[in-house]
Amino acid sequence: MAAYRCECVGLLLFMLCTSFTVHIDADVHDYTTQVTDTESDVADAESVLVPDPPPAPLGTGGKQSPQEEVVVEAEVVEAEDGPWEATEVRGEVDDVGDDGDANDHRVVDGPSSTDDFKEELVIRPLSSGDIYASFQFRTVWDTDLTGDQKVSHYRLFPKSLGQVITKFSVRELHISFTQGYWRTMQWGQPYQPSPPGAELWVWFQDTVTDVDGTWKELTNVLSGIFCASLNFIDSTNTVQPSASFKPLGVGNVTDHRFLRYATLPREIVCTENLTPWKKLLPCGSKAGLSVLLKSEKLFHSTFHSQAVHVRPVCQDPQCRTTSLELRQTLNVVFDLHTSGQGKREWSLFKMFSRTLTEACPLASSSKVYIDMTDNPQGEQFELSPATPLLSQAVVLGDRRTYSVYDLTQQGTFGSTRSLNMLLRWKSAEGNMLRPLLHSERYVAGYGLQTGEIHTLMYNNHPYRAFPVLLLSTVPWYLRLYIHTLTVTSKGKDNKPSYIHYQPSKDRERPHLLEMLLQLPPNSVTEVTVEFERALLKWTEYTPDPNHGFYVGSSVISALVPSVVAMDTDSSPERPLFSSFFPCKEEASYFTRLYTEPLLVNLPTPDFSMPYNVICLTCTVVAVGYGSLYNLLTRTFQVEEPSPGLAKRIANVIRRMRGVAPL
Amino acid sequence: MAAPLTLLLITPLVIYLFHFLVDYAEITFILADCLTAVALYLAVKEYNKQVFRKQKFALEADRYPMDCLELIRSPTEMYYIPLKVAMFYLLNPFTILSCVAKCTCGLNNAVIALFILSTLRGSDLLSAIFLALATYQSIYPLTLCVPALLFLLQRQYIPVNVRWSSFWLYTLQYLFMFLGSLVVLIGLSFFLLGSWDFLPAVYGFILSVPDLTPNIGLFWYFFAEMFDHFRLFFLCVFQINVFFYTLPLSIKLKEHPVFLIFMQIAVIAIFKSYPTSGTTFLRNIFLVSCVLLACSALFPVLWHLWIYAGSANSNFYYAITLLFSVAQILLVSDYFYAYLRREHHLTNGLYLKKKDGSEATLVLK
Repeated sequence: MAAYRCECVGLLLFMLCTSFTVHIDADVHDYTTQVTDTESDVADAESVLVPDPPPAPLGTGGKQSPQEEVVVEAEVVEAEDGPWEATEVRGEVDDVGDDGDANDHRVVDGPSSTDDFKEELVIRPLSSGDIYASFQFRTVWDTDLTGDQKVSHYRLFPKSLGQVITKFSVRELHISFTQGYWRTMQWGQPYQPSPPGAELWVWFQDTVTDVDGTWKELTNVLSGIFCASLNFIDSTNTVQPSASFKPLGVGNVTDHRFLRYATLPREIVCTENLTPWKKLLPCGSKAGLSVLLKSEKLFHSTFHSQAVHVRPVCQDPQCRTTSLELRQTLNVVFDLHTSGQGKREWSLFKMFSRTLTEACPLASSSKVYIDMTDNPQGEQFELSPATPLLSQAVVLGDRRTYSVYDLTQQGTFGSTRSLNMLLRWKSAEGNMLRPLLHSERYVAGYGLQTGEIHTLMYNNHPYRAFPVLLLSTVPWYLRLYIHTLTVTSKGKDNKPSYIHYQPSKDRERPHLLEMLLQLPPNSVTEVTVEFERALLKWTEYTPDPNHGFYVGSSVISALVPSVVAMDTDSSPERPLFSSFFPCKEEASYFTRLYTEPLLVNLPTPDFSMPYNVICLTCTVVAVGYGSLYNLLTRTFQVEEPSPGLAKRIANVIRRMRGVAPL
Repeated sequence: MAAPLTLLLITPLVIYLFHFLVDYAEITFILADCLTAVALYLAVKEYNKQVFRKQKFALEADRYPMDCLELIRSPTEMYYIPLKVAMFYLLNPFTILSCVAKCTCGLNNAVIALFILSTLRGSDLLSAIFLALATYQSIYPLTLCVPALLFLLQRQYIPVNVRWSSFWLYTLQYLFMFLGSLVVLIGLSFFLLGSWDFLPAVYGFILSVPDLTPNIGLFWYFFAEMFDHFRLFFLCVFQINVFFYTLPLSIKLKEHPVFLIFMQIAVIAIFKSYPTSGTTFLRNIFLVSCVLLACSALFPVLWHLWIYAGSANSNFYYAITLLFSVAQILLVSDYFYAYLRREHHLTNGLYLKKKDGSEATLVLK
């Protein structure tokens, strides 16, 4: 169970954010009801696939003020003729009588900070028969939260997160909660990889002086915001990777003193984490793609991962100014047998027990992509309703073809006013994947004294070698024998070109091992290291000590050779899922792989024994003390026979009578 | 399973030493053990010489009662004692085990043996330097300062009397040499490392017992099971316990500083925070030796049952460590008792008579 001990600060902040979000939600709801009527007219304005440039259709708020809605209501009248009156959208919606409010939202324009929200759902049928759904919600806000001037007006960007970023001078924040393990062998690469449990990594601004203190506070606040056990992150599970976690956003700060990375592999993800995550969305779970996020279905899945990524991105291609990007992603894999009743037939309703009826009115783009690459002529499965829109994108080193449903167009929903895609397979056979890079990790050895950690990395590329960075964090209670570290590929020693090892300190910090390795083509590279298990204090064990202790996933960051040329320009037209990791060169793409977390048993003391042990040990010490004290304080004397009992009693009586003793 | 150097207490200088010696680690540890044996051999020989000299003076002064001549050591029976001690040390399975495990306690033993040798030879500078080395390695040998000082004073025929200036002069001189070499060692470590971090890392580690890996001592299970709020209290009690015996033992045994050294080493061996099998070079009597033997056999058996077979739990192993400690305590107190009794007989005669002439029994009162 996730222990949600929200600390005072976190709780307070959480309550604040809740009240604020409720306010937004209420507002959005009104707003939605007003806007829906205009949708049909707007529909034909968007016949192309690409998202619209800034003069966005109504309701998307391409350029809107960050002022709060209360202010907007008060300024209805004087805001009537703002600078955006003359757009073509205006012309199309002029038959809508009561869109005054909607217009007002746009025309009350702040100084220069604009924000933009996009939502996206990618569905990828997996060859195993399972289905993978990946949601992405992206808010880009042209502002500098950590700058000098104080920002207090929030519109689409969640205020709770914004305040955290401002207060703790966060440059980048990446947090993920995952239930289940992503099986690369069966499913290929995910769009956003994440390890089982909770993962948090943060780049702080270089103005932060006390990074560890700020990190401690930040984890406590995030613990409150996400109702997770992030407050269990302390120095014993925090590391500063030197190479594996470079900033994903713009910025040239690479001094890893400002980076903190921690995982909680034991963290269980459930509804209480999903609810606060949904509250960060501009539409909450009221409209748009997020209506599909119902916990009773999402958690009835093999793999569930939700994440929040905040990073600075370029505002324009020349990158003169930066904006703040918030990406909320949610990945879920539904199992063929448990969720799909063994039938190779998937629909939105079967997956989420909901259908789509509208886009989020605040979104400038709202699309559903379905991966059709393996199905160019419809020989594998059939998709209904069919969509004329096709899109191609280079994702994870491969050119993929997608069918696209644009939710901002009313035509997408058809006459039933609801969209429920149906994928029906024609054959039951799926061909096995052979991902270029995958990995395994396990503990070898028996007994509770020593053991050996094996990490296997497979390069399945037939002729190309590529570099990987392996990052392992091992808790201090497994004492690594670093002199036993061996790296072998194809039976030969593979000498790492870079090793960064930080030994652990008991109860202070974990082991950190980072290695840069070259994986030869078509090979298995094995990294082994031996360790010894420590005995802990009885209060340091978890409530179920014989279950074992988790060791977080190793992180493999790799530059995998790409099949097709990668897009190196980060044009805003690319689908969101293909633009998560920045791409610097065409020949290879960056990906991250998480190995299995390990479960290691430690020797345990007898937990029922503390009193007995204290008593027995103290007795032994007392025996030692007593015998020495005895010999030290006494001297040898000739024993005088002691008088018998009767005589002694008689003497006592005689003394009382005042007579001389016998 | 590749066994690493089980460096128990790694001080910066040892690390520096092994920087050069790491390829010859086996030879280093074997040499250290041989050095210890030779030092012990020479030390015991020296001690015998002194005992005989003392005995001769005492006999000439007719200080011994007539009936206890059989308690007086004869050169023939003492002849093989130095060899026996050295052989016992070298052939002791515990010593061999710690040498095979490359435990730094072998090095500590060598330093302490050299310290004993130089003390018995009467060279105060070397004694102070070796004592400083031993203290630098693990702070417990600090308590050996008192017996060494007593012995050297005795050798110089300076009485232990606070009103004598020569007593103070010599004490201060010895302490100055001891502390001076200790400061030099610590300063050297500081210059090697460039920071003082090693002080809490080495001595804090010994004193606060953060590592609870099972060993043959009393500390690991006790502090694994200790309630957090009592931890500091019991830590203080247990650590003071080691140093506590110095003063009363010194008062009681101020005439016999060599036995005092033995007692101190024994007390340290029993009550120190991370004892190892290499620390116990003691001689035996029947009951205690049986218990010690049984314990030694049961240690690996119960360890296997707990750690590998999973059919026993930690309490089994803990029980054996308790028994082992009790046996060691009995052994030490028996020795102490025997020594005191011998001294008593040497002054009062062996066959004591009661007032009425019947045979008397001695009791401690």
